[in-house]
Amino acid sequence: MSDTPLLKVSDLIVEFPTRNGVLRPVDRVGFEVRAGEILGLVGESGAGKSMCGSAIIGLIDRPGRISGGEIHLDGERIDNLPEERMRRIRGKKIAMVFQDPLTSLNPLMTVGQQLIQTIRTHLPLSQNDARAKAIALLEEVGIPAAATRIDAYPHQFSGGMRQRVVISLALAAEPELIIADEPTTALDVSVQAQIMALLKRLCRERGTAVILITHDMGVIAETTDRVAVLYAGRIAEIGPTRNVLSAPSHPYTVGLMASTPSTTGSLQTLSQIPGSMPNLRAIPKGCAFNQRCTKAISACFNDIPVLEPVNGSEVACWLYDPAYKQIEKEISGASE
Amino acid sequence: MTGDTPLISARSLGAVFDVSKPWLNRMLAMESKRFLTAVDTVDFDIPKGKTFALVGESGSGKSTIGRMIVGLQKPTSGQVLIDGEDFFAIKDQKRKLAMRRRIQMIFQSPYASLNPRWRVRHIIGEPIRAFELMPASEVDKRVAELLDQVGLAKSDGEKFPHEFSGGQRQRIAIARALASNPEFIVCDEPTSALDVSVQSQVLNLMKTLQRELGLTYLFISHDLSVIRYMADEIGVLYLGRLVEVADRDSLFENPRHPYTRMLMDAAPHIDAFGRTAEIVSGEIPDPINKPSGCSFHPRCTLTEDRCRQERPAVREFDNGKAKVACHLCTA
Repeated sequence: MSDTPLLKVSDLIVEFPTRNGVLRPVDRVGFEVRAGEILGLVGESGAGKSMCGSAIIGLIDRPGRISGGEIHLDGERIDNLPEERMRRIRGKKIAMVFQDPLTSLNPLMTVGQQLIQTIRTHLPLSQNDARAKAIALLEEVGIPAAATRIDAYPHQFSGGMRQRVVISLALAAEPELIIADEPTTALDVSVQAQIMALLKRLCRERGTAVILITHDMGVIAETTDRVAVLYAGRIAEIGPTRNVLSAPSHPYTVGLMASTPSTTGSLQTLSQIPGSMPNLRAIPKGCAFNQRCTKAISACFNDIPVLEPVNGSEVACWLYDPAYKQIEKEISGASE
Repeated sequence: MTGDTPLISARSLGAVFDVSKPWLNRMLAMESKRFLTAVDTVDFDIPKGKTFALVGESGSGKSTIGRMIVGLQKPTSGQVLIDGEDFFAIKDQKRKLAMRRRIQMIFQSPYASLNPRWRVRHIIGEPIRAFELMPASEVDKRVAELLDQVGLAKSDGEKFPHEFSGGQRQRIAIARALASNPEFIVCDEPTSALDVSVQSQVLNLMKTLQRELGLTYLFISHDLSVIRYMADEIGVLYLGRLVEVADRDSLFENPRHPYTRMLMDAAPHIDAFGRTAEIVSGEIPDPINKPSGCSFHPRCTLTEDRCRQERPAVREFDNGKAKVACHLCTA
């Protein structure tokens, strides 16, 4: 791992103008990914995790747009590139793996045709060389009898094998960054374990960076190096995975971990976070979590907290604000 | 009801689907009929007030069993016994209706299971009207009571399903299931469409209701951690067959069938940082052409010749606390 980040996202804002005002599914999100690193983006539905991925690869549907912040890949700014330039980066430098492998493959083309097309779009190879490379790729992602299976259509593969094909497509042009958006949500656990092991191996062997978008804390724990917890379009907490999951600091992360059932450990009543994620049309003033937070103080209802270092992670919560700590100390001092 | 009769029993329950192509196509292609055995001689009992859980991957037949238990689908073989009585053998329509009232179901997607054009009070009141449980004038009062029971406000009854979040919709589905005062509820993946923080709300609500109303649950899920939280006894399904049935502690402390062990290992753990699960090769085989002998043998690491040829019988272990269908299981 080098010191300069491969991808740097700073203060990213994505907005959707609608009849009822402007919605902000991503609000001042910033993070870095280094080569060979797996960063997890975790959050519940509507947290903005997929939108972050789409913004990085430049695939936000109109009328949505990036209205603030910058995205740098290898030191080059990519969020304001003309479509033609972005198209060359997409697939070549950044690739994407989607949730449902059946909808991300063309049902009318054999997997070989799709692979060869992708390879030849990005690399100067002859038809035969591209085919050889395609077979090598299919072998690398663990498809048995790749030399014959290359001429099969997507529907002739099982779900897990299809997702392997999608991953081989993503790898075709040897990208530096793969964005995997819920890559195993549609798969059974035994197949999920296979796909996750594959992603980890590829990342290690090739030094490819991965942004793994998921709602599954277990997958995050086992796969990622660092994790960003998103809530209502903002990062609540970001840091090394072990840190964030075993010693969470933000009340939302604390609640999320306590409400996740586990196959080991205590069987006591699961704690629950009251309410549900606010609608994008009605994000409360101040901290977006304030309505559901049991520890909210007056600052939480007025100002948006920013990420500050807490216990080796970065946390956006007023409870860790030095001024609040000072007041708290004074109050407890006065009561003694 | 005697203390010994379980509330619900499945007796060598089987479901076979005819998946053949139309007659003419079959004749042209010289193919024979093809059958899919979705459920294969499944046996279990659910005592009153307990939760029995079915766990398995896609295609294991867990939802088909649920549908047969509530009477939505007739079993091809075997029986569903309710209080010792074969549900599908009841001829008297009135008695059949009375039996149906005692059984309800909660479905996976609260987006698909609620009529979007009905007001919530209408949705929740439907079972009351369908079973003619009380005069129309009292239905609204009962609906308000049910809304309160699942943690919603009385005024929510006037709204439509789209005005609610996923978790609240599942609460509405639960209130509707409770409306006919059932004793037994089949819950088919009730929280797999929900976010974690909302999932725990719904699971806790279901547990509270079970305690307060003495409900019996058949809980269907693919998620072992949810199952561990909810179930008293668990049945593990693979390709339509129960490979292991054991009480919760026994199953999680000492999983006996290799498939159960594989499921437990493959499930991601929130405290296993950087772990790579032991890889199981392959995926669930084609249920139309199941492997010979033990269906799990192509993926099992312990396979012997016997597993390929001979179908393992269900054997009891630990004084009957665990029933396992595996040749190699010894204790």
